[in-house]
Amino acid sequence: MQKRVVITGMGIWSCLGSTLDEVAKSLYEGRSGIVFDPERKEMGFRSALTGCVPLPDLKGELSRAQRVFMPEQAMYAYCATRDALLDAGVDADYLAAHEVGLLYGNDSSTVPVVKAVDTMREKKDTTLCGSGAIFQSMNSTVTMNLDCIFKLKGINLTVSGACASGSHAIGIGALLIQNGLQEMVVCGGAQEVNPFCVGSFDGISAFSTRESEPQKASRPFDRDRDGLVPGGGAATVIIESYESAVRRGAHIYGEVLGYGFSGNGDHISSPNVDGPVRSLEMAVRRAGISTKDIGYINAHATSTHVGDANEAKAIRKVFGDRTVEVTSTKSQTGHEMWMAGASEVIYSMLMMKRGFIAPNLNFENPDEDSEGLIIPAERLEKHFDVFLSNSFGFGGTNSTLVIKNI
Amino acid sequence: MTKEEFIAKLNASLAEEFEVEESVLVPEAPIKETLELDSLSFVDLIALVESVSGVKVAGTEVAKIATFGELYDYVYERM
Repeated sequence: MQKRVVITGMGIWSCLGSTLDEVAKSLYEGRSGIVFDPERKEMGFRSALTGCVPLPDLKGELSRAQRVFMPEQAMYAYCATRDALLDAGVDADYLAAHEVGLLYGNDSSTVPVVKAVDTMREKKDTTLCGSGAIFQSMNSTVTMNLDCIFKLKGINLTVSGACASGSHAIGIGALLIQNGLQEMVVCGGAQEVNPFCVGSFDGISAFSTRESEPQKASRPFDRDRDGLVPGGGAATVIIESYESAVRRGAHIYGEVLGYGFSGNGDHISSPNVDGPVRSLEMAVRRAGISTKDIGYINAHATSTHVGDANEAKAIRKVFGDRTVEVTSTKSQTGHEMWMAGASEVIYSMLMMKRGFIAPNLNFENPDEDSEGLIIPAERLEKHFDVFLSNSFGFGGTNSTLVIKNI
Repeated sequence: MTKEEFIAKLNASLAEEFEVEESVLVPEAPIKETLELDSLSFVDLIALVESVSGVKVAGTEVAKIATFGELYDYVYERM
């Protein structure tokens, strides 16, 4: 008998706010977190648009010896995890007495690599890279930092699944708990926000160039979309067995009912329809529910032509004629990439708990693929008890989570 | 740059990087204990000294330098 998996804590550091209340308010008001960054234009970017995420000031909260190993995304992840653990009622004594796991999505750490390489080229002396460079440069930098700061003793692993990383982290964490291998896992996703990490992404013409109207640039499913807007930050959810949550007397937000995954086995950048369909079908099947039970779909839709079109086809194929509200919160946040799968679970959970669906900003005209979906361009007051969240990534990695209100 | 100017500049950088009061950075104070250095953060001391003075202190040499006074002398003589 598999154990039930519930969410008991959430924390976030994003362009929509750094507390759950701030983020919920931003979602409710349909506020965009996207800005024009002049520095990117000077660097030769096609598009200087980005999510605007403040850098936390951790001096005084963490020692120099801790901060020296942390690149920006580890700082975001620290803040999100600190707040999520507090939200879950998990303190240092609990962490010391239990084997709490850590699965966090991250798929780049660019700035420390650039700085170290610049130093080596200029100075011809590797010592001058400093002590933090190696630890900041590794893909696992977020999990190595969080594990040491919070003294976590369970599984300690970075999930690198491109733009599905955060979603896979939650899904795999749920599998570990379902099978009794962990009782509690800190899950999440982090994404650095700087020009260096997305310069080559901009170079393949993936970004919207609607620079004159930054807040209208991310327009998932809209006929006139012209590319994504990169964003970032970090999001953490605390998942644990239902028995553990009840034993601790923890507040339970919801239950992870199903996790589906698939690989496209196809093109490195162009998504297809079959891969996402199999991911959606697996998540619904493992959730043990019908698509009729799902009251909201948080789409992966990033505002690219092919991606949004193929996701719309996949949703229509799985859900048939029965339609349900579909939105992409990336219309407000831009594409939070490695973080997105985790942050969008939090966005969806906040909406589910507060009885609304945030507007899919800038959805003005459907195209032939999105016209069959219900995509509210205005905020909708709606109670729902189950949502489905999609995350798809380069190389054809797909993850779908189905989460139920409790 | 006079030696006093160099010491003032280095101390200001050390205080900021290692988060200590400048008042503790006196010639007779032990470097390792004052800056709470371990084998990793010794690397940061070497990098900081180089950025301030242009002088690269070899890892084998830095282990022989116990006090700030010895550090000031070693670096200033090579500038």
